[in-house]
Amino acid sequence: MQETTANKVAAHATSSFTEHLQRDRPELLPQYAPFTAGTSTGQPLAVPHATTIVAMTYAGGIVMAGDRRATMGNIIASRHIEKVFPADQYSVLGIAGTAGIAIDLTRLFQVELEHYEKIEGTLLSLDGKANRLGAMIRGNLPMALQGLAVVPLFAGFDTAAGAGRLFSYDVTGGRYEEQEHHAVGSGSMFARGALKKLWRPNLPEDEAISVAVESLYDAADDDSATGGPDPVRQLWPVVYAVNRAGARRVSERDLAATAGNIIESRAAARREA
Amino acid sequence: MTQQFYVSPEQLMKDRADFARKGIARGRSVIVVSCEDGIALVAENPSPSLHKIGEIYDKIAFAAVGKYNEFESLRQAGVRYADVRGYSYDREDVTARGLASVYAQSLGAVFTAEQKPFEVELAVAEVGASQDLDHLYRLTFDGSIADERNFIAMGGQADKVSGAIEGGWQRDLSFAAAIRLAVKGLVTDNEAPDLPAKALEVAVLDRSSESNRGTRRAFRRLSDQDVVELLAEES
Repeated sequence: MQETTANKVAAHATSSFTEHLQRDRPELLPQYAPFTAGTSTGQPLAVPHATTIVAMTYAGGIVMAGDRRATMGNIIASRHIEKVFPADQYSVLGIAGTAGIAIDLTRLFQVELEHYEKIEGTLLSLDGKANRLGAMIRGNLPMALQGLAVVPLFAGFDTAAGAGRLFSYDVTGGRYEEQEHHAVGSGSMFARGALKKLWRPNLPEDEAISVAVESLYDAADDDSATGGPDPVRQLWPVVYAVNRAGARRVSERDLAATAGNIIESRAAARREA
Repeated sequence: MTQQFYVSPEQLMKDRADFARKGIARGRSVIVVSCEDGIALVAENPSPSLHKIGEIYDKIAFAAVGKYNEFESLRQAGVRYADVRGYSYDREDVTARGLASVYAQSLGAVFTAEQKPFEVELAVAEVGASQDLDHLYRLTFDGSIADERNFIAMGGQADKVSGAIEGGWQRDLSFAAAIRLAVKGLVTDNEAPDLPAKALEVAVLDRSSESNRGTRRAFRRLSDQDVVELLAEES
């Protein structure tokens, strides 16, 4: 009797919010069951897709930036969407792919990290967070096979190692640590090309932010699904910098100046491509 | 067949209440004070890792006296309740009132239905935009719930401690002053004239965490170093 009570208590002791929901409130979890009948048209569902995210290391941490566009086929679904989120105090998460699922997943991931922190009284290690996110992406695999994939980019400051680190994922939940810089989403090829030329080791923070915005500018130049800086609507990319002091969203005013400088220098160069 | 002796319900409840009170009285006191800067939570607790004070949600904190395993399980249940609620509705929809009433129901159910009542007393505190919007709830072992104003003192010598705090409480206390007042109150419960920072557990719910620290999570645990500095300001 004693034995089974102890076992029951031990088995119920979880620090994971997802595990708690699976056990007690499964209906609240995003439903990952694949559709069956009625959707075999071979066409992916027409839902908003989030596009390009870039991230890079700099002296003291990492910077992550995302453009503001979501597309639905050839339509711009949103000009205001935000695709980079703080996951917790020391990490950020950028999402590309099916926007609805990705935002849901982000929300769950944020609660998951906060829940662990409150229950355990300590933060999860950066590797622990990265693995947890991988498991969540793997959970979405049935949907990914139906064309509703989510591909995040995860970055954070590893307080134990004292350095910024960067992780990319594939749809099966595979987790890959990236060096220096990385980009995901439809415009990532162009952004990555730009990063290769613009990034250098130990950039100061303001230059890293400028490099992030410029690489998104290049992505928007060649990829119709990525939005560039929009001076008419005063829309700038969402940029987060994470260092030893924690994650911080770069202010609109700084971004307006940074984007303004880039547009100005491009205009002054009078180059066609 | 064993003979069941008749025990009147009055006697049964009284015995249980006495049992719980005795357990709680053995513990050290915990004080929750609402002040100008927010809500300060101060406990006498020599352990740096087994907490009596905890974060539940953005604006909500928890403090307890009594048996550690019992209030720890209640704290974790509170965190789960709040996170599930905030996840399924919205972060704004998690309130101290809702949490306190869940606690009251669980404590009440345990008190009447289980082998033994929980030997705990809890405080649930929610910091508001202004001092009038602060909520302090006190929950006792039998599931009674009380909506307190200004401060709560719980534990063995709660009456004595309460008296000491009442004398010094003012509306416009800063965190530093509120924590010093709470420590003064804790000392009355103690033979020793002084409490070192190491023996204290201190946390605050910051009224303006958004502007001060850029986070909606108001709860912040103070390190021993912070506490030493705050207590030293006095002289």
